[in-house]
Amino acid sequence: MTSYIFVVISAVLVNNVVFVRILGLCPFMGVSKKLETAVGMGAATTFVLTLGSGSSYLIDHYLLQPFDLGYLRTLSFIVVIAAIVQLTELVIHKASPLLHQVLGIYLPLITTNCAVLGIPLLNAGMRHDLLESLLFGFGSSVGFTLALVLFAGIRERLEGADVPAPFKGTAIAMVTAGLMSLAFMGFAGLDRVQ
Amino acid sequence: MLTALLVMTGIALALGAALGYAAVRFRTEGDPLVDKIDAVLPQTQCGQCGYPGCKPYAQAIASGEAGINQCPPGGEDGIRKLADLLGREFTPLSEEHGIEKPKAVAVIDEQTCIGCTLCIQACPVDAIVGAAKQMHTVVAPLCTGCELCIAPCPVDCIAMVSVAETVPTWKWRYPAAAIGKAA
Repeated sequence: MTSYIFVVISAVLVNNVVFVRILGLCPFMGVSKKLETAVGMGAATTFVLTLGSGSSYLIDHYLLQPFDLGYLRTLSFIVVIAAIVQLTELVIHKASPLLHQVLGIYLPLITTNCAVLGIPLLNAGMRHDLLESLLFGFGSSVGFTLALVLFAGIRERLEGADVPAPFKGTAIAMVTAGLMSLAFMGFAGLDRVQ
Repeated sequence: MLTALLVMTGIALALGAALGYAAVRFRTEGDPLVDKIDAVLPQTQCGQCGYPGCKPYAQAIASGEAGINQCPPGGEDGIRKLADLLGREFTPLSEEHGIEKPKAVAVIDEQTCIGCTLCIQACPVDAIVGAAKQMHTVVAPLCTGCELCIAPCPVDCIAMVSVAETVPTWKWRYPAAAIGKAA
């Protein structure tokens, strides 16, 4: 049981996808200008990444490994993830138009989020079992959401801040991201317990 | 090698079938109410309602943002139809959005036209043809009479000409009895 908790905590804080693994930087910089969009993107990613980790594990464990086709992981995972994103969009559109409106354009965009491919590949590399894969996917995307929301909050404040002219815009955002990444290094000590 | 091909083909086929099934199973029609409202609106795309076209206005009505009395080209008839469709009270056309005018089309005085293309850019339904420094003209069947081309014309060569009722354009009048007044 504790090992599962460690998987989640490690994925959320210690090995945060964005700040420590440096994955998924495109949406991290792209949709963090407003808090609302950040939350929407985070929710959509959490949904897809959790599902994607699970189904990628199934593909890997029951299809690729028995035939010794580990080298097809990247290819098959991205196909599965793309299909899941499409399927999710269809189902959400039908089942909950409101959620579909909130997630909107972010849903299809997630296909190209490298964190969504990276986490299943890491899962395969770390030989997680199904539950661990799901938890790791969920934890990582919660970490991603956390990073995105925190960063969006800071960027909203930065809009009103007196930033020196050469640093305005993306430059100060990059500096902020670097500082946040440093701050998340502080969680590295938690890893020892594991 | 062959297993790899087979496995990938299998994955692709299975996912394709699943997606195809889902596309049928979870088909969603667009918001039917918006389409119904949009069908009642006159499609002049004139923007007099304050929205950038008929569809956005229909969406605003459907979401309750806008009143049904903001469409001058639709006139009283249009408001009545919207009131029936939505079960709302009939309200007279709001004056700040304009007044009802008889249906008209724009006509360009081709002698005066200098070919500046400003009216072409203004036309929301692409009913004006012409090129820079060439005379422009209005394709009458496409013109919705929105008057958006009149303001930009630098030589004031566009006039609205009301459409005379001819045999092809005549239609039955809607019943004039006002609903709800009898009580």
